[in-house]
Amino acid sequence: MKKSRVIQLLGLILIGVALGFGYTHRSQTNAGESITAVGSTALQPLVEAAGEQYSANHTGIFINVQGGGSGTGLSQIQSGAVAIGNSDIFAEEQAGIQASKLKDHRVAVVGIAPIVNAKAGVTNLTQQQLIKIFTGKITNWREVGGKNVPIVLINRAQGSGTRKTFESYALNGHKSAESQEQDSSGLARSIVSSTPGAISYVAFSYLDKSVTTVTMNGVRPTEANVRNNRWKIWSYEHLYTSKNPNQLTKNFINYVLSTAVQKKLVTQLGYISVHAMQVERSATGKITTVK
Amino acid sequence: MDKIRASLLKKSVASKIERRGKIISLSCLALIILVVFLIFYFVASRGLATFFQNHINLWSFLSGIQWNPGTLGTNGQPAVGALPMIVGSFLITICSALLATPFAIGTAVFMTEISPRRGARILRPVTELLVGIPSVVYGFIGLQVVVPFVRNTFGGSGYGILSGTFVLFVMILPTVTSMSADALNAVPRYYREASLALGATRWQTIYKVVLRAAIPGMLTAVVFGMARAFGEALAVQMVIGNATLLPHNLVSPASTLTSILTMGIGNTVMGSLQNNALWSLAMILLLMSLFFNLVIRYIGRKGKLNNER
Repeated sequence: MKKSRVIQLLGLILIGVALGFGYTHRSQTNAGESITAVGSTALQPLVEAAGEQYSANHTGIFINVQGGGSGTGLSQIQSGAVAIGNSDIFAEEQAGIQASKLKDHRVAVVGIAPIVNAKAGVTNLTQQQLIKIFTGKITNWREVGGKNVPIVLINRAQGSGTRKTFESYALNGHKSAESQEQDSSGLARSIVSSTPGAISYVAFSYLDKSVTTVTMNGVRPTEANVRNNRWKIWSYEHLYTSKNPNQLTKNFINYVLSTAVQKKLVTQLGYISVHAMQVERSATGKITTVK
Repeated sequence: MDKIRASLLKKSVASKIERRGKIISLSCLALIILVVFLIFYFVASRGLATFFQNHINLWSFLSGIQWNPGTLGTNGQPAVGALPMIVGSFLITICSALLATPFAIGTAVFMTEISPRRGARILRPVTELLVGIPSVVYGFIGLQVVVPFVRNTFGGSGYGILSGTFVLFVMILPTVTSMSADALNAVPRYYREASLALGATRWQTIYKVVLRAAIPGMLTAVVFGMARAFGEALAVQMVIGNATLLPHNLVSPASTLTSILTMGIGNTVMGSLQNNALWSLAMILLLMSLFFNLVIRYIGRKGKLNNER
Protein backbone atom coordinates (compact mmCIF):
# COMPACT_ATOMS: atom_id res chain seq x y z
CA MET A 1 0.00 0.00 0.00
CA LYS A 2 2.64 2.49 1.16
CA LYS A 3 5.07 1.33 -1.52
CA SER A 4 2.62 1.81 -4.35
CA ARG A 5 1.92 5.34 -3.12
CA VAL A 6 5.60 6.17 -3.30
CA ILE A 7 5.83 4.77 -6.80
CA GLN A 8 2.79 6.76 -7.86
CA LEU A 9 4.27 9.93 -6.44
CA LEU A 10 7.60 9.31 -8.13
CA GLY A 11 5.82 8.69 -11.40
CA LEU A 12 3.94 11.97 -11.10
CA ILE A 13 7.09 13.92 -10.33
CA LEU A 14 8.82 12.30 -13.29
CA ILE A 15 5.99 13.26 -15.64
CA GLY A 16 5.98 16.79 -14.25
CA VAL A 17 9.73 17.17 -14.74
CA ALA A 18 9.51 15.77 -18.26
CA LEU A 19 6.71 18.17 -19.18
CA GLY A 20 8.55 21.12 -17.69
CA PHE A 21 11.73 20.17 -19.52
CA GLY A 22 9.83 19.77 -22.73
CA TYR A 23 8.14 23.16 -22.27
CA THR A 24 11.31 25.09 -21.58
CA HIS A 25 13.22 23.36 -24.36
CA ARG A 26 10.44 23.34 -26.95
CA SER A 27 11.48 24.26 -30.43
CA GLN A 28 10.59 27.89 -30.82
CA THR A 29 11.15 28.27 -34.52
CA ASN A 30 7.74 29.05 -35.97
CA ALA A 31 6.09 26.51 -33.69
CA GLY A 32 2.41 27.27 -33.30
CA GLU A 33 2.72 30.93 -34.17
CA SER A 34 -0.60 32.30 -35.19
CA ILE A 35 -2.45 35.50 -35.90
CA THR A 36 -6.16 36.05 -35.72
CA ALA A 37 -8.23 38.04 -38.18
CA VAL A 38 -11.82 38.84 -37.25
CA GLY A 39 -14.62 40.74 -38.92
CA SER A 40 -16.38 41.25 -42.23
CA THR A 41 -18.04 38.17 -43.65
CA ALA A 42 -17.67 39.61 -47.15
CA LEU A 43 -13.89 39.60 -46.83
CA GLN A 44 -13.68 36.34 -44.88
CA PRO A 45 -13.37 33.98 -47.88
CA LEU A 46 -10.37 35.89 -49.26
CA VAL A 47 -8.52 36.08 -45.95
CA GLU A 48 -9.27 32.43 -45.26
CA ALA A 49 -7.98 31.29 -48.64
CA ALA A 50 -4.91 33.52 -48.44
CA GLY A 51 -4.30 32.31 -44.87
CA GLU A 52 -4.44 28.69 -45.94
CA GLN A 53 -1.95 29.27 -48.75
CA TYR A 54 0.30 31.23 -46.42
CA SER A 55 0.24 28.43 -43.84
CA ALA A 56 1.04 25.91 -46.54
CA ASN A 57 4.12 27.91 -47.54
CA HIS A 58 5.21 28.68 -43.98
CA THR A 59 5.06 25.59 -41.80
CA GLY A 60 3.82 26.15 -38.28
CA ILE A 61 2.14 29.48 -38.92
CA PHE A 62 -1.61 29.62 -38.62
CA ILE A 63 -3.99 32.34 -39.68
CA ASN A 64 -7.24 32.09 -37.76
CA VAL A 65 -10.07 33.81 -39.58
CA GLN A 66 -13.42 34.50 -37.97
CA GLY A 67 -16.53 36.32 -39.11
CA GLY A 68 -18.67 38.52 -36.92
CA GLY A 69 -19.18 41.58 -39.10
CA SER A 70 -17.21 44.72 -39.89
CA GLY A 71 -18.19 46.36 -36.62
CA THR A 72 -16.84 43.43 -34.65
CA GLY A 73 -13.63 43.47 -36.66
CA LEU A 74 -13.04 47.16 -36.04
CA SER A 75 -13.88 47.05 -32.36
CA GLN A 76 -11.72 43.97 -31.80
CA ILE A 77 -8.69 45.54 -33.48
CA GLN A 78 -9.27 48.77 -31.59
CA SER A 79 -9.26 46.91 -28.28
CA GLY A 80 -6.17 45.00 -29.36
CA ALA A 81 -7.81 41.60 -29.01
CA VAL A 82 -6.83 40.44 -32.51
CA ALA A 83 -4.03 41.10 -34.96
CA ILE A 84 -6.18 42.03 -37.95
CA GLY A 85 -9.65 43.51 -38.16
CA ASN A 86 -11.46 42.84 -41.44
CA SER A 87 -13.84 45.55 -42.56
CA ASP A 88 -15.92 46.50 -45.60
CA ILE A 89 -15.98 50.13 -44.59
CA PHE A 90 -13.48 52.79 -43.64
CA ALA A 91 -12.83 52.97 -39.91
CA GLU A 92 -13.75 56.66 -40.19
CA GLU A 93 -17.30 55.67 -41.16
CA GLN A 94 -17.89 53.51 -38.08
CA ALA A 95 -19.19 55.15 -34.91
CA GLY A 96 -17.07 54.52 -31.84
CA ILE A 97 -13.82 53.82 -33.71
CA GLN A 98 -10.79 56.09 -33.52
CA ALA A 99 -9.50 55.68 -37.04
CA SER A 100 -6.27 57.57 -36.28
CA LYS A 101 -5.14 54.72 -34.02
CA LEU A 102 -5.49 52.11 -36.74
CA LYS A 103 -3.57 51.38 -39.89
CA ASP A 104 -5.55 50.74 -43.05
CA HIS A 105 -4.51 48.13 -45.61
CA ARG A 106 -6.79 47.98 -48.64
CA VAL A 107 -6.50 44.51 -50.09
CA ALA A 108 -9.36 44.23 -52.56
CA VAL A 109 -12.30 46.00 -54.11
CA VAL A 110 -15.84 44.72 -54.16
CA GLY A 111 -18.46 45.90 -56.61
CA ILE A 112 -22.07 45.94 -55.51
CA ALA A 113 -24.99 45.63 -57.90
CA PRO A 114 -28.74 45.97 -57.48
CA ILE A 115 -30.60 42.73 -58.13
CA VAL A 116 -34.27 42.40 -59.00
CA ASN A 117 -36.68 39.51 -59.14
CA ALA A 118 -37.20 38.32 -62.70
CA LYS A 119 -40.97 38.91 -62.54
CA ALA A 120 -40.49 42.68 -62.16
CA GLY A 121 -39.59 42.93 -65.85
CA VAL A 122 -36.98 45.62 -65.38
CA THR A 123 -33.40 45.54 -66.64
CA ASN A 124 -32.30 49.17 -66.42
CA LEU A 125 -32.89 51.82 -63.80
CA THR A 126 -31.64 55.36 -63.58
CA GLN A 127 -30.05 56.41 -60.32
CA GLN A 128 -33.02 58.70 -59.66
CA GLN A 129 -35.40 55.77 -60.04
CA LEU A 130 -33.24 53.66 -57.75
CA ILE A 131 -33.28 56.38 -55.10
CA LYS A 132 -37.05 56.75 -55.42
CA ILE A 133 -37.54 53.00 -55.15
CA PHE A 134 -35.38 52.66 -52.04
CA THR A 135 -36.82 55.71 -50.32
CA GLY A 136 -40.33 54.35 -50.87
CA LYS A 137 -41.56 56.98 -53.37
CA ILE A 138 -42.05 54.42 -56.13
CA THR A 139 -43.91 51.34 -54.96
CA ASN A 140 -44.83 49.53 -58.16
CA TRP A 141 -42.61 48.29 -60.98
CA ARG A 142 -45.16 49.67 -63.45
CA GLU A 143 -43.95 53.19 -62.64
CA VAL A 144 -40.44 52.45 -63.95
CA GLY A 145 -41.50 50.55 -67.04
CA GLY A 146 -41.89 47.10 -65.55
CA LYS A 147 -44.87 44.89 -64.90
CA ASN A 148 -47.70 45.62 -62.49
CA VAL A 149 -45.98 44.08 -59.48
CA PRO A 150 -45.57 45.81 -56.12
CA ILE A 151 -41.97 46.50 -55.11
CA VAL A 152 -40.63 44.58 -52.12
CA LEU A 153 -37.47 46.14 -50.67
CA ILE A 154 -34.93 43.78 -49.15
CA ASN A 155 -32.21 45.65 -47.28
CA ARG A 156 -29.14 44.36 -45.54
CA ALA A 157 -28.94 44.78 -41.77
CA GLN A 158 -28.36 48.24 -40.34
CA GLY A 159 -24.65 48.86 -40.04
CA SER A 160 -23.76 46.30 -42.67
CA GLY A 161 -20.88 47.41 -44.89
CA THR A 162 -22.69 46.51 -48.10
CA ARG A 163 -25.68 48.60 -47.07
CA LYS A 164 -23.50 51.58 -46.14
CA THR A 165 -21.76 51.44 -49.50
CA PHE A 166 -25.04 51.10 -51.36
CA GLU A 167 -26.63 54.01 -49.53
CA SER A 168 -23.57 56.22 -50.08
CA TYR A 169 -22.90 55.55 -53.75
CA ALA A 170 -26.15 54.20 -55.23
CA LEU A 171 -28.61 56.30 -53.24
CA ASN A 172 -26.26 59.31 -53.05
CA GLY A 173 -26.42 59.29 -49.26
CA HIS A 174 -30.20 58.94 -49.00
CA LYS A 175 -31.32 56.65 -46.21
CA SER A 176 -33.33 53.68 -47.35
CA ALA A 177 -36.93 53.41 -46.20
CA GLU A 178 -37.74 50.97 -43.39
CA SER A 179 -38.10 47.58 -44.96
CA GLN A 180 -37.25 43.94 -44.65
CA GLU A 181 -33.68 43.29 -43.61
CA GLN A 182 -31.49 40.26 -44.07
CA ASP A 183 -28.09 39.73 -42.54
CA SER A 184 -26.34 37.88 -45.35
CA SER A 185 -25.86 38.36 -49.07
CA GLY A 186 -26.75 34.74 -49.84
CA LEU A 187 -30.08 35.01 -48.05
CA ALA A 188 -30.84 38.35 -49.71
CA ARG A 189 -30.24 36.82 -53.14
CA SER A 190 -32.35 33.73 -52.47
CA ILE A 191 -35.20 35.89 -51.18
CA VAL A 192 -35.03 38.17 -54.22
CA SER A 193 -35.05 35.18 -56.53
CA SER A 194 -38.15 33.70 -54.90
CA THR A 195 -40.19 36.79 -53.99
CA PRO A 196 -42.08 38.47 -56.86
CA GLY A 197 -41.14 42.13 -57.18
CA ALA A 198 -38.25 42.00 -54.72
CA ILE A 199 -35.19 44.22 -55.09
CA SER A 200 -31.94 44.08 -53.14
CA TYR A 201 -28.22 44.53 -53.70
CA VAL A 202 -25.31 42.12 -53.41
CA ALA A 203 -21.61 41.95 -54.14
CA PHE A 204 -20.63 40.94 -57.68
CA SER A 205 -19.55 37.48 -56.52
CA TYR A 206 -23.16 36.74 -55.56
CA LEU A 207 -24.65 37.64 -58.95
CA ASP A 208 -26.13 34.69 -60.82
CA LYS A 209 -28.90 33.60 -63.15
CA SER A 210 -31.52 33.29 -60.42
CA VAL A 211 -31.93 37.07 -60.24
CA THR A 212 -31.99 39.91 -62.76
CA THR A 213 -28.97 42.18 -62.52
CA VAL A 214 -30.03 45.67 -63.52
CA THR A 215 -27.86 48.29 -65.14
CA MET A 216 -27.76 51.75 -63.61
CA ASN A 217 -27.92 54.74 -65.98
CA GLY A 218 -27.13 52.22 -68.69
CA VAL A 219 -23.82 51.20 -67.10
CA ARG A 220 -23.33 47.49 -66.65
CA PRO A 221 -21.99 46.28 -63.30
CA THR A 222 -18.74 44.77 -64.50
CA GLU A 223 -15.24 44.65 -63.17
CA ALA A 224 -13.96 46.86 -65.98
CA ASN A 225 -16.53 49.55 -65.17
CA VAL A 226 -15.57 49.46 -61.49
CA ARG A 227 -11.88 49.92 -62.32
CA ASN A 228 -12.47 53.25 -64.02
CA ASN A 229 -15.27 54.24 -61.63
CA ARG A 230 -17.98 54.34 -64.30
CA TRP A 231 -19.81 51.94 -61.98
CA LYS A 232 -19.79 53.88 -58.74
CA ILE A 233 -21.14 51.33 -56.26
CA TRP A 234 -18.01 49.67 -54.97
CA SER A 235 -16.03 49.62 -51.77
CA TYR A 236 -12.63 48.65 -50.54
CA GLU A 237 -12.05 45.61 -48.40
CA HIS A 238 -9.82 46.66 -45.54
CA LEU A 239 -7.46 44.80 -43.26
CA TYR A 240 -7.01 47.05 -40.25
CA THR A 241 -4.07 46.61 -37.91
CA SER A 242 -2.68 48.60 -35.04
CA LYS A 243 -0.15 51.32 -35.86
CA ASN A 244 2.74 48.95 -35.19
CA PRO A 245 1.74 45.43 -36.15
CA ASN A 246 4.10 42.56 -35.34
CA GLN A 247 6.34 41.04 -37.99
CA LEU A 248 4.11 38.09 -38.73
CA THR A 249 1.10 40.33 -39.33
CA LYS A 250 3.15 42.57 -41.62
CA ASN A 251 4.39 39.57 -43.57
CA PHE A 252 0.90 38.21 -44.00
CA ILE A 253 -0.51 41.50 -45.22
CA ASN A 254 2.35 41.87 -47.67
CA TYR A 255 1.56 38.38 -48.85
CA VAL A 256 -2.10 39.27 -49.42
CA LEU A 257 -0.99 42.35 -51.38
CA SER A 258 1.58 40.40 -53.40
CA THR A 259 0.93 39.92 -57.11
CA ALA A 260 0.63 36.16 -56.61
CA VAL A 261 -2.45 36.57 -54.42
CA GLN A 262 -3.87 39.64 -56.13
CA LYS A 263 -3.61 38.18 -59.64
CA LYS A 264 -5.01 34.75 -58.88
CA LEU A 265 -6.84 34.33 -55.61
CA VAL A 266 -8.52 37.73 -55.50
CA THR A 267 -10.05 37.42 -58.95
CA GLN A 268 -10.87 33.74 -58.49
CA LEU A 269 -12.97 34.59 -55.45
CA GLY A 270 -14.87 37.34 -57.26
CA TYR A 271 -13.09 40.36 -55.83
CA ILE A 272 -11.31 43.02 -57.85
CA SER A 273 -7.60 43.48 -57.27
CA VAL A 274 -6.60 46.83 -55.76
CA HIS A 275 -3.68 46.93 -58.17
CA ALA A 276 -6.09 46.95 -61.10
CA MET A 277 -7.93 50.07 -59.96
CA GLN A 278 -7.49 53.18 -62.10
CA VAL A 279 -8.97 55.41 -59.43
CA GLU A 280 -8.58 55.76 -55.71
CA ARG A 281 -11.28 56.77 -53.29
CA SER A 282 -10.71 58.34 -49.89
CA ALA A 283 -12.78 57.76 -46.76
CA THR A 284 -14.76 60.89 -47.57
CA GLY A 285 -15.55 59.65 -51.09
CA LYS A 286 -13.07 61.82 -53.00
CA ILE A 287 -11.96 60.23 -56.24
CA THR A 288 -8.44 60.62 -57.55
CA THR A 289 -7.01 59.03 -60.64
CA VAL A 290 -4.14 56.63 -60.16
CA LYS A 291 -1.27 56.93 -62.59
CA MET B 1 -8.01 1.23 24.13
CA ASP B 2 -5.95 4.06 22.67
CA LYS B 3 -6.34 2.66 19.20
CA ILE B 4 -10.09 2.68 19.50
CA ARG B 5 -10.03 6.17 20.97
CA ALA B 6 -7.86 7.43 18.14
CA SER B 7 -10.00 5.84 15.48
CA LEU B 8 -13.13 7.29 17.06
CA LEU B 9 -11.74 10.80 17.24
CA LYS B 10 -10.19 10.72 13.80
CA LYS B 11 -12.40 11.36 10.83
CA SER B 12 -13.16 8.18 8.96
CA VAL B 13 -12.35 7.85 5.26
CA ALA B 14 -16.05 7.75 4.47
CA SER B 15 -16.75 11.04 6.21
CA LYS B 16 -13.79 12.66 4.47
CA ILE B 17 -15.11 11.52 1.10
CA GLU B 18 -18.51 12.79 2.04
CA ARG B 19 -17.14 16.18 2.92
CA ARG B 20 -15.16 16.29 -0.29
CA GLY B 21 -18.28 15.44 -2.28
CA LYS B 22 -20.19 18.16 -0.50
CA ILE B 23 -17.53 20.73 -1.30
CA ILE B 24 -17.45 19.70 -4.96
CA SER B 25 -21.19 19.94 -5.42
CA LEU B 26 -21.37 23.19 -3.47
CA SER B 27 -18.67 24.79 -5.58
CA CYS B 28 -20.45 23.67 -8.75
CA LEU B 29 -23.59 25.34 -7.48
CA ALA B 30 -21.67 28.48 -6.50
CA LEU B 31 -20.11 28.63 -9.94
CA ILE B 32 -23.48 28.43 -11.66
CA ILE B 33 -24.92 31.11 -9.40
CA LEU B 34 -21.88 33.26 -10.08
CA VAL B 35 -22.28 32.84 -13.83
CA VAL B 36 -25.97 33.73 -13.66
CA PHE B 37 -25.20 36.84 -11.62
CA LEU B 38 -22.39 37.86 -13.95
CA ILE B 39 -24.68 37.51 -16.97
CA PHE B 40 -27.33 39.60 -15.28
CA TYR B 41 -24.78 42.17 -14.22
CA PHE B 42 -23.22 42.37 -17.66
CA VAL B 43 -26.47 42.64 -19.60
CA ALA B 44 -27.83 45.16 -17.13
CA SER B 45 -24.69 47.29 -17.13
CA ARG B 46 -24.62 47.49 -20.93
CA GLY B 47 -28.38 47.68 -21.30
CA LEU B 48 -28.82 50.43 -18.74
CA ALA B 49 -26.00 52.46 -20.29
CA THR B 50 -28.43 53.43 -23.04
CA PHE B 51 -30.47 55.29 -20.48
CA PHE B 52 -27.75 56.59 -18.15
CA GLN B 53 -24.80 57.24 -20.48
CA ASN B 54 -26.61 58.05 -23.70
CA HIS B 55 -29.51 59.70 -21.87
CA ILE B 56 -32.26 58.02 -23.82
CA ASN B 57 -35.65 58.42 -22.22
CA LEU B 58 -36.89 55.01 -21.04
CA TRP B 59 -40.40 55.80 -22.16
CA SER B 60 -39.31 56.89 -25.64
CA PHE B 61 -37.31 53.67 -25.85
CA LEU B 62 -40.32 51.53 -25.01
CA SER B 63 -42.88 53.49 -27.03
CA GLY B 64 -40.87 54.86 -29.97
CA ILE B 65 -41.48 53.31 -33.36
CA GLN B 66 -38.32 54.38 -35.19
CA TRP B 67 -35.32 52.07 -34.88
CA ASN B 68 -32.06 53.21 -36.41
CA PRO B 69 -29.71 53.89 -33.51
CA GLY B 70 -27.02 55.38 -35.73
CA THR B 71 -29.18 58.31 -36.83
CA LEU B 72 -31.46 60.89 -35.28
CA GLY B 73 -35.19 60.34 -35.33
CA THR B 74 -37.85 62.92 -36.13
CA ASN B 75 -37.77 64.19 -32.53
CA GLY B 76 -34.06 65.02 -32.73
CA GLN B 77 -33.16 62.16 -30.39
CA PRO B 78 -31.35 59.03 -31.61
CA ALA B 79 -33.93 56.74 -33.18
CA VAL B 80 -34.06 53.95 -30.63
CA GLY B 81 -37.77 53.13 -30.45
CA ALA B 82 -38.10 49.47 -29.60
CA LEU B 83 -41.87 49.23 -29.79
CA PRO B 84 -41.99 47.47 -33.21
CA MET B 85 -39.75 44.70 -31.92
CA ILE B 86 -41.53 44.39 -28.61
CA VAL B 87 -44.91 44.21 -30.34
CA GLY B 88 -43.53 41.72 -32.88
CA SER B 89 -42.10 39.47 -30.19
CA PHE B 90 -45.29 39.44 -28.15
CA LEU B 91 -47.60 39.02 -31.14
CA ILE B 92 -45.66 36.10 -32.52
CA THR B 93 -45.41 34.47 -29.09
CA ILE B 94 -49.09 34.81 -28.31
CA CYS B 95 -50.24 33.76 -31.78
CA SER B 96 -48.09 30.65 -31.84
CA ALA B 97 -49.14 29.70 -28.31
CA LEU B 98 -52.81 30.18 -29.22
CA LEU B 99 -52.34 28.03 -32.30
CA ALA B 100 -50.26 25.33 -30.62
CA THR B 101 -52.23 24.86 -27.41
CA PRO B 102 -55.34 23.12 -28.82
CA PHE B 103 -53.21 20.79 -30.94
CA ALA B 104 -50.88 20.06 -28.05
CA ILE B 105 -53.67 19.30 -25.60
CA GLY B 106 -55.47 17.16 -28.15
CA THR B 107 -52.34 15.15 -28.80
CA ALA B 108 -51.59 14.88 -25.10
CA VAL B 109 -55.12 13.62 -24.35
CA PHE B 110 -54.79 11.02 -27.09
CA MET B 111 -51.40 9.97 -25.79
CA THR B 112 -52.44 9.56 -22.16
CA GLU B 113 -56.16 8.85 -22.07
CA ILE B 114 -57.29 7.38 -25.37
CA SER B 115 -54.42 5.27 -26.52
CA PRO B 116 -51.73 5.21 -23.86
CA ARG B 117 -49.86 2.28 -25.35
CA ARG B 118 -49.53 3.72 -28.83
CA GLY B 119 -48.89 7.11 -27.29
CA ALA B 120 -45.95 5.84 -25.30
CA ARG B 121 -44.55 3.77 -28.11
CA ILE B 122 -44.97 5.99 -31.17
CA LEU B 123 -46.28 9.46 -30.46
CA ARG B 124 -43.96 10.42 -27.63
CA PRO B 125 -40.73 9.51 -29.43
CA VAL B 126 -41.97 11.34 -32.52
CA THR B 127 -42.76 14.54 -30.63
CA GLU B 128 -39.46 14.31 -28.79
CA LEU B 129 -37.72 13.96 -32.14
CA LEU B 130 -39.22 17.30 -33.14
CA VAL B 131 -37.54 18.93 -30.13
CA GLY B 132 -34.14 17.77 -31.34
CA ILE B 133 -34.36 19.32 -34.82
CA PRO B 134 -32.08 22.37 -34.96
CA SER B 135 -33.87 25.68 -35.37
CA VAL B 136 -32.00 26.53 -38.56
CA VAL B 137 -33.70 23.55 -40.21
CA TYR B 138 -37.09 24.89 -39.15
CA GLY B 139 -36.10 28.29 -40.49
CA PHE B 140 -35.01 26.84 -43.80
CA ILE B 141 -38.22 24.90 -44.24
CA GLY B 142 -40.07 28.06 -43.26
CA LEU B 143 -38.24 30.03 -45.93
CA GLN B 144 -38.77 27.48 -48.68
CA VAL B 145 -42.25 26.18 -47.85
CA VAL B 146 -44.12 28.36 -45.38
CA VAL B 147 -43.26 31.76 -46.89
CA PRO B 148 -44.44 30.93 -50.45
CA PHE B 149 -47.53 29.26 -48.97
CA VAL B 150 -48.41 32.37 -46.96
CA ARG B 151 -47.67 34.61 -49.96
CA ASN B 152 -49.95 32.64 -52.27
CA THR B 153 -52.72 32.13 -49.73
CA PHE B 154 -52.84 35.31 -47.70
CA GLY B 155 -51.06 37.82 -49.93
CA GLY B 156 -48.23 40.18 -49.10
CA SER B 157 -44.62 39.17 -49.59
CA GLY B 158 -45.04 36.15 -47.36
CA TYR B 159 -42.62 37.46 -44.74
CA GLY B 160 -44.29 38.45 -41.52
CA ILE B 161 -45.86 37.49 -38.23
CA LEU B 162 -48.01 34.77 -39.81
CA SER B 163 -45.07 32.85 -41.28
CA GLY B 164 -43.22 33.20 -38.00
CA THR B 165 -46.28 31.91 -36.16
CA PHE B 166 -46.46 28.82 -38.35
CA VAL B 167 -42.79 28.04 -37.86
CA LEU B 168 -42.91 28.61 -34.11
CA PHE B 169 -46.10 26.56 -33.91
CA VAL B 170 -44.18 23.49 -35.05
CA MET B 171 -41.25 24.36 -32.83
CA ILE B 172 -43.13 24.74 -29.56
CA LEU B 173 -45.71 22.01 -30.23
CA PRO B 174 -43.52 19.15 -28.95
CA THR B 175 -42.56 21.03 -25.78
CA VAL B 176 -46.14 21.87 -24.93
CA THR B 177 -47.37 18.41 -25.91
CA SER B 178 -44.96 16.40 -23.83
CA MET B 179 -45.35 18.66 -20.80
CA SER B 180 -49.16 18.53 -21.09
CA ALA B 181 -48.95 14.76 -21.31
CA ASP B 182 -46.88 14.72 -18.13
CA ALA B 183 -49.48 16.90 -16.45
CA LEU B 184 -52.30 14.56 -17.54
CA ASN B 185 -50.33 11.53 -16.41
CA ALA B 186 -49.88 13.11 -13.00
CA VAL B 187 -53.64 13.20 -12.39
CA PRO B 188 -54.27 10.44 -9.81
CA ARG B 189 -55.84 7.28 -11.13
CA TYR B 190 -58.59 7.32 -8.54
CA TYR B 191 -60.00 10.55 -9.99
CA ARG B 192 -60.72 8.68 -13.20
CA GLU B 193 -61.98 5.61 -11.38
CA ALA B 194 -64.31 7.67 -9.21
CA SER B 195 -65.65 9.49 -12.22
CA LEU B 196 -66.26 6.28 -14.15
CA ALA B 197 -67.89 4.75 -11.09
CA LEU B 198 -70.34 7.64 -11.01
CA GLY B 199 -71.40 6.68 -14.50
CA ALA B 200 -69.50 9.26 -16.51
CA THR B 201 -68.46 8.37 -20.05
CA ARG B 202 -64.83 8.50 -21.08
CA TRP B 203 -65.30 11.88 -22.74
CA GLN B 204 -67.07 13.24 -19.68
CA THR B 205 -64.25 11.94 -17.51
CA ILE B 206 -61.60 13.53 -19.70
CA TYR B 207 -63.40 16.83 -20.11
CA LYS B 208 -64.83 17.32 -16.62
CA VAL B 209 -62.25 15.61 -14.44
CA VAL B 210 -58.86 14.94 -15.96
CA LEU B 211 -58.44 18.17 -17.92
CA ARG B 212 -59.70 20.26 -15.01
CA ALA B 213 -57.33 18.62 -12.58
CA ALA B 214 -54.41 19.07 -14.96
CA ILE B 215 -54.99 22.77 -15.64
CA PRO B 216 -52.01 24.08 -13.62
CA GLY B 217 -49.66 21.63 -15.28
CA MET B 218 -50.97 22.44 -18.74
CA LEU B 219 -50.70 26.17 -18.10
CA THR B 220 -47.08 25.61 -17.13
CA ALA B 221 -46.61 23.76 -20.40
CA VAL B 222 -48.07 26.64 -22.40
CA VAL B 223 -45.95 29.22 -20.61
CA PHE B 224 -42.88 27.08 -21.22
CA GLY B 225 -43.77 27.00 -24.91
CA MET B 226 -44.25 30.77 -24.90
CA ALA B 227 -40.85 31.24 -23.26
CA ARG B 228 -39.28 29.18 -26.01
CA ALA B 229 -41.15 31.08 -28.72
CA PHE B 230 -40.14 34.40 -27.21
CA GLY B 231 -36.48 33.50 -27.17
CA GLU B 232 -36.25 31.79 -30.55
CA ALA B 233 -34.01 33.79 -32.87
CA LEU B 234 -32.75 32.07 -35.97
CA ALA B 235 -35.84 30.36 -37.37
CA VAL B 236 -37.97 33.44 -36.81
CA GLN B 237 -35.37 35.75 -38.26
CA MET B 238 -35.42 33.81 -41.52
CA VAL B 239 -39.15 34.14 -42.12
CA ILE B 240 -40.33 37.30 -40.39
CA GLY B 241 -38.70 39.79 -42.80
CA ASN B 242 -36.87 41.80 -40.13
CA ALA B 243 -38.42 45.16 -40.84
CA THR B 244 -38.47 47.41 -37.80
CA LEU B 245 -42.00 48.51 -38.56
CA LEU B 246 -45.11 48.14 -36.48
CA PRO B 247 -46.97 45.25 -38.13
CA HIS B 248 -50.08 46.54 -39.95
CA ASN B 249 -51.40 43.02 -40.33
CA LEU B 250 -50.16 39.48 -39.93
CA VAL B 251 -48.55 39.33 -43.38
CA SER B 252 -46.62 42.60 -43.33
CA PRO B 253 -42.89 42.29 -42.57
CA ALA B 254 -42.11 42.72 -38.89
CA SER B 255 -39.30 41.99 -36.50
CA THR B 256 -38.69 40.52 -33.08
CA LEU B 257 -36.26 41.46 -30.33
CA THR B 258 -34.14 38.41 -31.06
CA SER B 259 -34.00 38.88 -34.81
CA ILE B 260 -32.82 42.49 -34.55
CA LEU B 261 -30.28 41.47 -31.90
CA THR B 262 -28.68 38.71 -33.94
CA MET B 263 -28.59 40.83 -37.08
CA GLY B 264 -27.18 43.94 -35.48
CA ILE B 265 -24.65 42.78 -32.93
CA GLY B 266 -21.88 42.07 -35.45
CA ASN B 267 -22.13 45.49 -37.03
CA THR B 268 -21.77 47.61 -33.92
CA VAL B 269 -18.87 48.59 -31.75
CA MET B 270 -18.81 47.83 -28.04
CA GLY B 271 -19.59 50.92 -26.00
CA SER B 272 -21.31 52.86 -28.78
CA LEU B 273 -24.97 53.83 -28.62
CA GLN B 274 -25.85 51.34 -31.36
CA ASN B 275 -24.33 48.57 -29.29
CA ASN B 276 -25.87 49.73 -26.00
CA ALA B 277 -29.30 49.92 -27.57
CA LEU B 278 -28.98 46.28 -28.64
CA TRP B 279 -28.01 45.36 -25.09
CA SER B 280 -31.14 47.12 -23.90
CA LEU B 281 -33.12 44.80 -26.18
CA ALA B 282 -31.24 41.88 -24.65
CA MET B 283 -32.18 43.16 -21.21
CA ILE B 284 -35.85 43.19 -22.16
CA LEU B 285 -35.48 39.59 -23.35
CA LEU B 286 -33.83 38.61 -20.09
CA LEU B 287 -36.48 40.31 -17.99
CA MET B 288 -39.20 38.62 -20.02
CA SER B 289 -37.71 35.16 -19.57
CA LEU B 290 -37.43 35.92 -15.85
CA PHE B 291 -41.09 36.90 -15.91
CA PHE B 292 -42.03 33.65 -17.67
CA ASN B 293 -40.08 31.72 -15.04
CA LEU B 294 -41.88 33.49 -12.22
CA VAL B 295 -45.24 32.80 -13.85
CA ILE B 296 -44.39 29.11 -14.09
CA ARG B 297 -43.41 29.00 -10.42
CA TYR B 298 -46.55 30.89 -9.43
CA ILE B 299 -48.79 28.52 -11.38
CA GLY B 300 -46.97 25.54 -9.95
CA ARG B 301 -47.43 26.72 -6.37
CA LYS B 302 -51.08 27.58 -6.86
CA GLY B 303 -51.72 24.21 -8.49
CA LYS B 304 -50.22 22.42 -5.52
CA LEU B 305 -52.44 24.28 -3.07
CA ASN B 306 -55.54 23.37 -5.07
CA ASN B 307 -54.67 19.71 -5.07
CA GLU B 308 -54.04 19.61 -1.36
CA ARG B 309 -57.32 21.13 -0.46
